[in-house]
Amino acid sequence: MSLLFALLIGMLTASGVYLTLRAQTFPVVLGLTLLSYAVNLFLFGMGRLASNAAAVLGNQSHYADPLPQALVLTAIVIAFAMTAFVIVLALKTRAELGNDHVDGAPLPGSKLSGPTAEDQKDDATS
Amino acid sequence: MTGLFSAPVWPLHWLALPVFLPVFSAVLLILMHRRSVRLQRIVSGSSVALLLLGVAALLISGAGDQHLVYPMGDWPAPFGIVWVYDRLAGLMLLLTAGLAVVSFLYAVATDEDRRGPHFHALFQAQLFGLNGAFLTGDVFNLFVFFEVLLLASYGLMLHGGGAKRSRAGLHYMVINLIGSTLFLFAVGALYGVLGTLNLADLAVKLGQAPAQNYAIIAAASLMLFVVFAIKAAAFPLYLWLPATYAETSAPVAALFAIMTKVGLYAMLRVHGTLFDADTAPAAFVDLVAPWQIWLGIVTLVMGTLGVLAAQNLRRQVAYLILASVGTLMIALGMRSEAAISSALYYWIHTTVLSAGFFLLTDMIRRGRAHGDSWQSAPPMAGMVLIGSLFFVYALAMAGLPPLTGFFGKVLILSAAMDHPLRTPIFATILITSLLAVIALARSGTRLFYRVEQPRTDAPASVKPNTWAWIAVVSPLLVAALMVIGAHPLSSWLEGTSSQIARTPAYIQAVLSTDARASTHPAFPVHPIHGMDPGMDPGMDPGMDLGTNPGTDPGTDPGTTAGGTH
Repeated sequence: MSLLFALLIGMLTASGVYLTLRAQTFPVVLGLTLLSYAVNLFLFGMGRLASNAAAVLGNQSHYADPLPQALVLTAIVIAFAMTAFVIVLALKTRAELGNDHVDGAPLPGSKLSGPTAEDQKDDATS
Repeated sequence: MTGLFSAPVWPLHWLALPVFLPVFSAVLLILMHRRSVRLQRIVSGSSVALLLLGVAALLISGAGDQHLVYPMGDWPAPFGIVWVYDRLAGLMLLLTAGLAVVSFLYAVATDEDRRGPHFHALFQAQLFGLNGAFLTGDVFNLFVFFEVLLLASYGLMLHGGGAKRSRAGLHYMVINLIGSTLFLFAVGALYGVLGTLNLADLAVKLGQAPAQNYAIIAAASLMLFVVFAIKAAAFPLYLWLPATYAETSAPVAALFAIMTKVGLYAMLRVHGTLFDADTAPAAFVDLVAPWQIWLGIVTLVMGTLGVLAAQNLRRQVAYLILASVGTLMIALGMRSEAAISSALYYWIHTTVLSAGFFLLTDMIRRGRAHGDSWQSAPPMAGMVLIGSLFFVYALAMAGLPPLTGFFGKVLILSAAMDHPLRTPIFATILITSLLAVIALARSGTRLFYRVEQPRTDAPASVKPNTWAWIAVVSPLLVAALMVIGAHPLSSWLEGTSSQIARTPAYIQAVLSTDARASTHPAFPVHPIHGMDPGMDPGMDPGMDLGTNPGTDPGTDPGTTAGGTH
């Protein structure tokens, strides 16, 4: 189980890193989501994996560590909020800059329009 | 306990103020977002003013001279969340509150808060996150407060909108989200190996860790260093900063002057406490410090090159912040008490003055026909006064006598005198100061001396109002006080840095709240990590502070079992 778990975290992290290095906002958001899944599983695994252990303190002496579960819960909530925010921001930049490149510049061969002429003029002065 | 508040319970509950006041007013402001801006300003402004007064009283009362530990919900230290207040935390709280007042005044004076809804709510949420991050003594809690302050800062940064702001905000946000993920990985690794998240307890457990776990701990610590370097904008993770600070509105940029210091503060707190020479195994002591100095040198050089290359004043000030981060990284990397106390002086100087400089830049931008770019423009209203202020700010930021930047740099250089890397440190700091002087002289010339004949079709320049002037001038008054009171201030800072260096005292103060935990039946011995705080709680003189905060016995988890206090 441990090996499978570790492989899963590794795969999620690798895919997440690959996707966040892409130049368009949608893959970047997906990559961030995968990274947050990976880190949640990692946190959970840090409480040691055990089968047949009660989740919270019971009367038995054999129980799962509750603290990482609390941490994962917090981390999930935070990651959820952040993902919602970054999606809204990505949509906003897509609408304002006319394309979904992370730098706001059109990709070569893209049918989407680039920054407006006014935006480019702003860039020249700043 | 010395000072204004003789009863020990008072300052302890006082500690809840910097965290709860902003969060209560944030919630209140969200509820009243349909009401008039005027009412929101009153609520937000009185909250900020109260915060400043409360934090100043806390600092003046000398409450932080010993470590003051506040167990949240009265759960003792390694299990519950604790807030630790000492002189450094008090200093950071005061700086934050001061910046909040200045940027609040400027936002109100220029109507920047009317450009979108929820400015004041986000502003208070930002203060909540900052104050929490400065007070917490728990690594996971530090993560949570980082997220709070970042989420508020994303909102504030985008406030007012515009395409360029969105683009800069996207970079800022994605980079910080990646940083947060790394932070969680590091926290998880530390918990998996050491079995605790409390900073003091981590430091104790680190000393007891078996040698085969050293690699994981070192990896976690370096990951934490990367995370804090992202927040502090150290080389090579600084590329988000100039665009973010230059594109956002001036009051927000002024408040953000504290944000890079959050990263440096976390470095000082976490790495200074965990990997202190007194408590940590020798393998960890020099893990981070040598990197820190070299990264600081490179950051300083890159920041100064940015100052030279900037095409407008806002971007130039943003790069000046970057240069100051480099200087501070160098000073903190030296790790000696003298270096840290000199770094703290420079720290106050750069936070206060760069905030004021951002506001002044905005004033220039509003008054000039071509904004703050280097194109020549017709003379603006109040040019002599604004130009003189620019001159004083430029002198201070570049580090020329007789202002604070000069004192800060002299203190840092004299602390570097005995350091093995003194040649590169001296060379970098002196040459970059010279380059900053040249760059700022050039900007001043371009902004104020190259004047065109006024055109008839030029827009009438806006005169700043009184509150805006107060916001711009008050950082200079603070700087003047820092020069006049340089000696008492630097001796107080020496005390602060020696307090930072006394890690065993920190550990003892935090873990002495553990007194009741050992007799409490609700805490079984941890099945995996064991539970040994490793400290004798009875020997701490400050114990009665830590164990006696509860006024309501009904909510006190320790009363039933360990009512020995």
